[in-house]
Amino acid sequence: MSSLLAVRDLTVRFPTDAGPVYAVDRVSLDLRAREVLAVVGESGCGKSMLALSILGLVPPPGEILEGAVHLDGTDLRRLPDSALRAVRGKQVGMVFQEPMSALNPVFTVGRQIGDVLRRHEGLGSREARTRTLALLSQVGIPAPGQRIDEYPHQLSGGMAQRVMIAIAIACHPKLLIADEPTTALDVTIQAGILRLLLSLRDRLGMAILLITHDLGVVADAADRVMVMYAGRKVEAAPAEDLFDAPQHPYTLGLLGAVRHPGRVPEDGGPRRLREIPGLVPTRREPADHCIFFPRCPRADARCQAELPALQTRRPEHEAACFHPGRGPSGSAP
Amino acid sequence: MSSAALALETPGGRFLRRFLRERPALLGLLLATGVLIAAVGAPLLAPYEPGANDFDALLVPPLTPGHLLGTDELGRDILARVIWGARTSMQAGVFATLLAIAVALPIGLTAGYYRGWWDSVAMRLTDTLLAFPFLIIAVGLAAILGPSLGNATLAIGLVQIPKIVRVARGEMLSLREESFVAAAIADGASDRFILLRQVLPNIMNTLLVQATVIIPIAIIAESTLSFLGLGVQPPTPSWGVMLTAAQPFMAQAPWLAVIPGLAIVVATLSFNLLGDGLRDAWDPRGRR
Repeated sequence: MSSLLAVRDLTVRFPTDAGPVYAVDRVSLDLRAREVLAVVGESGCGKSMLALSILGLVPPPGEILEGAVHLDGTDLRRLPDSALRAVRGKQVGMVFQEPMSALNPVFTVGRQIGDVLRRHEGLGSREARTRTLALLSQVGIPAPGQRIDEYPHQLSGGMAQRVMIAIAIACHPKLLIADEPTTALDVTIQAGILRLLLSLRDRLGMAILLITHDLGVVADAADRVMVMYAGRKVEAAPAEDLFDAPQHPYTLGLLGAVRHPGRVPEDGGPRRLREIPGLVPTRREPADHCIFFPRCPRADARCQAELPALQTRRPEHEAACFHPGRGPSGSAP
Repeated sequence: MSSAALALETPGGRFLRRFLRERPALLGLLLATGVLIAAVGAPLLAPYEPGANDFDALLVPPLTPGHLLGTDELGRDILARVIWGARTSMQAGVFATLLAIAVALPIGLTAGYYRGWWDSVAMRLTDTLLAFPFLIIAVGLAAILGPSLGNATLAIGLVQIPKIVRVARGEMLSLREESFVAAAIADGASDRFILLRQVLPNIMNTLLVQATVIIPIAIIAESTLSFLGLGVQPPTPSWGVMLTAAQPFMAQAPWLAVIPGLAIVVATLSFNLLGDGLRDAWDPRGRR
């Protein structure tokens, strides 16, 4: 099956005073139409940079060193600026983490949604307003006739994020990139935003690339999951299979650090959250060995000498590890 | 005011409510409006032509019937000359400020947005301009182009350019980091759209405050240049020219110096008060 979005060996590098830093290191991914792919990992593991690099939005002085980004067969990296601008906001919509600061404080909500419609669809102001009203109700904003003329500071965080989503879907994109869309919101609001994204996926038939560090969000929303660590893709699997049979020790570590409210451990005692010792390393050069080995309980000499390739371990489930699975003797690390 | 009502307030409404509570700012607005009206309406408001001589009333003190603020040594009505002087001062103040903004704003915004070599060039140029003392530039321009109101305005405007370049660049640098700029780029906005439609409206308030700072500086600068004979030439009325002319008569007719001096103070102070009020009313961290 051909994919809507195909990323191949994408590498993003930032020059710094202390030498280059590799934020994304030879990452490939495929996203099929109408699919929700979640990219998970700790802060600083490169998942946001991956999202930004798809649309060529890596902030300078960062640069995409190599790799290809194919959207529907078009290599976005070869497009000239003007053609790329026509893709941004039209074929690919983007939702950011902080809805309040992603809206321009001096313009009304309606004006900001209308800007996108005027830019990509060439609508006049009256048609844009009609479409904007429809969009506002589509993203579940009550009293759109009133909200359309309000300013961002008059909205709650959840409302603002719904407006951002309205902007992102205004031109019926094939792909929605959502970078931590619920992280800045109250827990009670998060579920609503997530439900909205999924229902829009069904109604508009778009694919969603969901960047998150929240495994709860992944379990609720994702069809497939990709786990990133220090700029590398370490595991990818259908969401259910990832939770059922995690292969990479890093994924196991992430799962061990999740709270399960209400669930009582089998031995009846208090359940301690496990943390992964250490921090995500700063990557000064492309990986030539397993980048997780300093924090990995299973690391041996081979992990320090060789780079593990992604290998299919289960159906549609691949991991980059020499010692995959639940653990050496079936116990979690 | 209830929080619900506050939440429904537009930015403009909130600004207006806060501005109207600032007494000094309102005074500034009132006085500045007065100076502007005097400048625009000078031909209608002035009781005499600024050059008209009344040889029956030479050096009469203020409150003389027919000459509310007295006359000078040539029998010219001081009130008429102060009103016409406002026109000169405001011309210099407003046009110098407009000139500076028109030149500096595009430079500052593009330097802050694109960074790189253009930023370096722009900043070194403004540093160079900053290194010249104002009077040297003004004397040089007057020497090359001849002393006149237009050339004085040019010199005043030129000297203000670096300040606005720096302000515009600084605002741009911080706005460049705002998510809404990143979001606009992600929505396919062009650089032009981002500069003119996303960023410019966000710095209008800073620019306006900056203008209220520069206008009084320009008014004083015009008076200084005219006082030194580098700006407006007699007999054209200007507060600086009036001060020069007043010097020999300081002992007999002090009002010749006091009245244009007061005019300069009032005009300058009004814009400064107005600017402070605008800044406070716009400052989101200020009290409600």
